[in-house]
Amino acid sequence: MTYVRDVGALARKDLLLELRARDTLPAMLLFVAAIFVVFHFALPGTPSKLETTGFLWVAILFTALLGLGRAFVPEREQRTMDGLVLAPCDRSAIWLAKSLATLAFLAAAEVVALPLYALFFHGLGGAAVAAVILADLGICAVGTFLGAMAVVTRARDLLLPLLFLPLAMPIVVGAVGATVVDSPGRYLGFLALYDLLFAVVCWASFEYVVAE
Amino acid sequence: MLTARRLGKRYGEKRVLRGIDLALPRGGFVVVTGPNGAGKTTLLRICAGLAQPTEGTIERQAARAQVGYLGHEPLVYRELTALENLELYGRLYRVPERRERIGMLLERFGLWEARHDRVASYSRGMTQRLALCRVLLHEPELLVLDEPYSALDEAGAELLDAQLAELRGERTCLLATHDPAHVRPLASGALALST
Repeated sequence: MTYVRDVGALARKDLLLELRARDTLPAMLLFVAAIFVVFHFALPGTPSKLETTGFLWVAILFTALLGLGRAFVPEREQRTMDGLVLAPCDRSAIWLAKSLATLAFLAAAEVVALPLYALFFHGLGGAAVAAVILADLGICAVGTFLGAMAVVTRARDLLLPLLFLPLAMPIVVGAVGATVVDSPGRYLGFLALYDLLFAVVCWASFEYVVAE
Repeated sequence: MLTARRLGKRYGEKRVLRGIDLALPRGGFVVVTGPNGAGKTTLLRICAGLAQPTEGTIERQAARAQVGYLGHEPLVYRELTALENLELYGRLYRVPERRERIGMLLERFGLWEARHDRVASYSRGMTQRLALCRVLLHEPELLVLDEPYSALDEAGAELLDAQLAELRGERTCLLATHDPAHVRPLASGALALST
C-alpha cells in the first residue's frame, strides 16, 4: 500500500510540474497536429488506409519520443534525482510514477491526434483504439526506463532515440498489425505480452539505472 | 555510526580520493575541510550512500531513511511551492504528523509566509533554508551537510547554528566547510583533506 502511495505522490509531482511549466504537453500536441497536417498535404490523391495507418504509428511514436525526452528534465536540470534516490521508497516507484505521468501526456496528445487522423484520413475501429492503448503502455514503460538511462549522458538527445526506436519496433509491428488485419486478436495479444515482459524487466532493473 | 577504511574514489583515470580513514561515532560531529578539488563532496556523497567507493570499505549504521543529505544543490523542484516540495519528501520519508512537522520547520526557518510561493521565486538564501527544512524533515540520525552555510545570510546562519547546537550529541553529523572556525565549537573531530 505504501508503494502505491509513493507512486501516487511522485506521479502527482510530475503532473503538477507539467501543469506549472507546460514544457511537454503543448509541444506534443503541436507536433502531432503538425505532422498530420504535413502528411495530409504531402500525400498525393487519396492515400489508402494501409498507408495512412503507417503514418499514424510514426506520428504516435515520435510524439511519444518528444515526451519521453522531457520526462527526466526536471530531475536533470534541478539535480533532484539525488533526493528521490535517497528517499526510502522503492526506486522502481520513481520509474512507475514517471511512466504513468508520461502515459497521461501521451494519452492527452492522442485525444487530439486520433480525431485529427480520422478527419484527415480514415476512421479508427475498436481494434485500433485497443492497439493504441496497449502500444502506449509499452512505449511509456520502455521509453521512461531508457530516458532515465540517457538523461545522465552528454549525448542524451541522440541516445534516447537510438536506444528506444529499435526496442519500439515490436510495438510498431504489433500495433500496425492490429490496426490493419481483420482478426487483430493475435497482434493485440502480442502487444500485451510485450507490455508485460518489458514492464517487469524495467520495474526490476530500474534500481540499477539510478544507483551509481 | 559511520566507519570508512582506506576509502578511495576514481572517476576513470582521475583519482579524487585516496586512503581516507574516518570513524564517526553516534552523536559525533566531524568537520571535513580541504581546498577545492580535495574530494570533500565526493566523500560526503559516498557517506550519504549516493556514490560507491572504488577502493576501501564503508560501514554505515544508518538506513537510507535515516540519512539527511544536503549537497550543493537544494534537491527541491523549482516549479513547486515550498509546501509541495516538503509534502512530497514527507510522504516519501513517511514522516509521522507530516503537516505539523512541515509547519514547524517552515516557521523556524522563516519560510512560513512564503510557503505557497514557487521555489523559482525564492532567493538563493531562501532556497538553502528550504533545503535545510528538507534535510531535517524526517529527523535523520545521520546528517551529511556539504557547505550548509553557503548562500545563507547572517540570520540564516544563526538559525542553522542554533539547529546544529540543538541536535549536537543527539544526531551524528558530518559537515564539509571552507570556514571551520564557524562550527569549531560544535565539532568533536575534524578531517582535513588535501589535493
